[in-house]
Amino acid sequence: MFGWEFPPKIYGGLAVASYGITKGLSLQGDIETTFCMPKPTGQEENFLKIVNMSQVPVVWRDVWYDNIKDRFVGHTAEDYYRFRDHLYADFNYLQGLDDMGCIGFAGGYPGNLHEEINNFSIIAGVLARSEQFDLIHAHDWLTYPAGVHAKMVSGKPLCIHVHATDFDRSRGKVNPTVYSIEKNGMDHADCIMCVSELTRQTVINQYHQDPRKCVAMHNAVYPLSEDIRSIVPNKKKGEKVVTYLGRITMQKGPEYFLEAAKRVLERSHNIRFCFAGSGDMMNAMIELAASYGIADRCHFPGFQRGKQVYECYKNSDVFVMPSVSEPFGIAPLEAMQCGCPSIISKQSGCGEILRNVIKVDYWDIDAMADAIYSICQYDALHDYLAEEGMKEVDQITWEKVGLRIRECYNQLTSRGWFDNGDYLNAVKNI
Amino acid sequence: MKTICLYFEIHQPIHLKRYRFFDIGTDHYYYDDYENERVINELFEKSYKPALQTMLDMIAENGKAFKVAFSISGVSLELIEQYAPEMLDLLGRLAATGCVEFLAEPYSHGLSSLGNTENFVAETKRQAKKIKQLFGQTPKVFRNSSLIYNDEIGATVADMGFKGVIAEGAKHILGWKSPHYIYSCAQDSRLLLLLRDYKLSDDISLRFNDASWSEYPLMADKYLGWIAALPEGENVVGIMMELAAIGKYQPLSSHILDFFRALPKLAKGMGIQFATPSEVLAKNKPVSPLEVTYPVSWNDEERDTSSMLGNGMQREAFNKLYDENIVGRILAPRARRTQPAWDRLQATDNFRFMTTKNNGIGGNSRGIYDSEYDAFTNYMNILGDFLKRVKDMFPDNVENDELNSLYTQIANMGEELSIKDNEISRLRARLKKLGSEEEEASPKPSPKDTDSKAPAKKAPAKKAEPKAKPAPKKAAPAKKAAAPAKETEPKAKPAAKKAKAAPKPKAK
Repeated sequence: MFGWEFPPKIYGGLAVASYGITKGLSLQGDIETTFCMPKPTGQEENFLKIVNMSQVPVVWRDVWYDNIKDRFVGHTAEDYYRFRDHLYADFNYLQGLDDMGCIGFAGGYPGNLHEEINNFSIIAGVLARSEQFDLIHAHDWLTYPAGVHAKMVSGKPLCIHVHATDFDRSRGKVNPTVYSIEKNGMDHADCIMCVSELTRQTVINQYHQDPRKCVAMHNAVYPLSEDIRSIVPNKKKGEKVVTYLGRITMQKGPEYFLEAAKRVLERSHNIRFCFAGSGDMMNAMIELAASYGIADRCHFPGFQRGKQVYECYKNSDVFVMPSVSEPFGIAPLEAMQCGCPSIISKQSGCGEILRNVIKVDYWDIDAMADAIYSICQYDALHDYLAEEGMKEVDQITWEKVGLRIRECYNQLTSRGWFDNGDYLNAVKNI
Repeated sequence: MKTICLYFEIHQPIHLKRYRFFDIGTDHYYYDDYENERVINELFEKSYKPALQTMLDMIAENGKAFKVAFSISGVSLELIEQYAPEMLDLLGRLAATGCVEFLAEPYSHGLSSLGNTENFVAETKRQAKKIKQLFGQTPKVFRNSSLIYNDEIGATVADMGFKGVIAEGAKHILGWKSPHYIYSCAQDSRLLLLLRDYKLSDDISLRFNDASWSEYPLMADKYLGWIAALPEGENVVGIMMELAAIGKYQPLSSHILDFFRALPKLAKGMGIQFATPSEVLAKNKPVSPLEVTYPVSWNDEERDTSSMLGNGMQREAFNKLYDENIVGRILAPRARRTQPAWDRLQATDNFRFMTTKNNGIGGNSRGIYDSEYDAFTNYMNILGDFLKRVKDMFPDNVENDELNSLYTQIANMGEELSIKDNEISRLRARLKKLGSEEEEASPKPSPKDTDSKAPAKKAPAKKAEPKAKPAPKKAAPAKKAAAPAKETEPKAKPAAKKAKAAPKPKAK
């Protein structure tokens, strides 16, 4: 499996999804996953094998076992020597090689991202030659070239996982380089897993893929751990908190949230609005709030990490995700786990599997304001959504997603091609 | 002899419009006129008109052999009066044949039978009055909105003087018993129960055009054969459905009208007759009381109130709507302006739109709403505005009982005033007489009585002219009495004064 992020280092939703998928698969017992990522921290859980791409050689260097054996994070020195036996070309011309003949990665999303993606796929060639495997699974566009390369080398089926497309990130103004990488990956893939039907349609219509090899594979959430469940919300009586949590950027539609907030505040004064997160539109939002004269009711606590996120959910009465285009959007599910009713835009993928949420069009600020107001105002609605939402979201587990992915794997490994119709028949009861 | 009791419900809700919370307090018109007109017109053309026309033809063809009953909710009648008056004409012609019975039901088609008895009684009477006015019949049999029934409702209905009530023949209330008998109410044996046979009714209203149904296609002879084959003694078959089943749920292209048209003649051949609910109840004796502790209805497979009051949102809306304080104020004689909105907000459809049940049967129609939450939000916004209006009519700190006593005071004021008037005129007469006695100085005691009677009688006529003279003498009581006595409208003023004044001494 090729991935870019994995917990505990979290940059965005990709890490959470990668963790869930691998964990869900590992629970089946007979799937062995090798997760290749640019720069692991060494603190990853050990239910799967991690390969540190920063320490896979692409050039032969004569190194002593005793000198290097303690330097590895992720895989071991033995793995290193096995990889070194499968070099396939001379990459001495590359910049930035270290003494072990490896290419370093900065991790995350640095400025030279395209170069890193390229290096990543060079290393994938080494791995594909040295490892034994039945199937390749590549997460998000950063790893598609690596997946395609590995497929070329090994001839094994390639499954790519579309967590987002550039159409979502850019409101339609795609970056041609990114698009070409995505399109190339999809063209070579034997199975395209999309995180929602919405994304699946984008893949079919914008990337011109065969609908039969595209499948909607919805994300899930992990049950809350004990210390998160034990967080005691500290709510002020008579005051309601409405929360937006996510990057404050065009894709997530924060301005619609602010407009709705303005309408709500015209009528009621005991509601506070919280914009948790950071992003390129943050300052613009603060200015807009000030110009509407509601800055005293709008709060910008900045980026929330780890437990803070859950504290934020627990202290909120309403969670709003007004995304303009959201491939899946795991945040509402997390909010619902914490018993916080959610309002999501109809343009969000998670709406396809959620029933106990209020869905509005992202541009329909009147409807959004109305929904916010009524959840704050009518306890019956709040309690119903909180209770039923929690029950519902408890049924959405990575175990089930693992079983569905397994069905895809079975089709790919047994007959080499994938068909969405057969898949839908097979997973009816999962 | 087997008897078919055919009954149709005519009800169409008045759709509420999109109402945002920022409209609360500024906009008091709650209805989507366009949608209402469209829906009722479409329904009339596609369903009601052909169906009623066919019934008229059937009565004409079969003489008195074909009988049918209808119930129409008051709110639907308003809708029909406004947008499809042609239908009233059709119904009037049906009523004139004498083969049609109209039943009573709550005016609003609402849940008042479960919410507030006083209101329930009031609106049922209102509905009966409207039916009498339009079709010249006084309903004798009652049917509740969605056939909601339990023992307590039965007792209330019996007290209102109805002979019978129509209820759902649900398995969970009947157990081993058959719905094809007449039962009596467990709490009041005067009231008879006519039960709906849901299997035979749903065969027409839900399955008639369902090609996957094992009995498809359903023919009139097959259907009547089932009824004829019922065991000896099971004589009453209640076939009841919405009139919209003909034409809306089962399209006319399925020949459902031909099916109905064929029924009377074939029935005659098989020894099956038609009768109206009143006739059935008059001819058959109840076999036993039927106990219904929890309300049943004809909705969904559960046949209870879960589609209307199943979740917390529905119960919240229900409790807000039937808040005792509110109902008391609305029923007050002076709250007539809120009556139309009150009727329309009560309709069960508003609650059904909020259901979270996955019922499959026709439950996909949520009117103008996207989802149950949308329905709840919109309804609560409107209800919020409505309740605010009701509260604004009377000061908040006046309790219901107090309000009632004030109203009785006002109601009695007329009487009190007339008593006082009489007294005033009597005293004036006496004054005059005393004056004249003083002038004459020495009258005989014996003619005193006759003398005094004569001016006393004249006094009221003269009153207008000599007003100025006696007034100063009896200033306080006369003024108070005279002002409200002159006109009826400004009654409000003294009432308001009293309303303000009244709570004070109580508080002390």
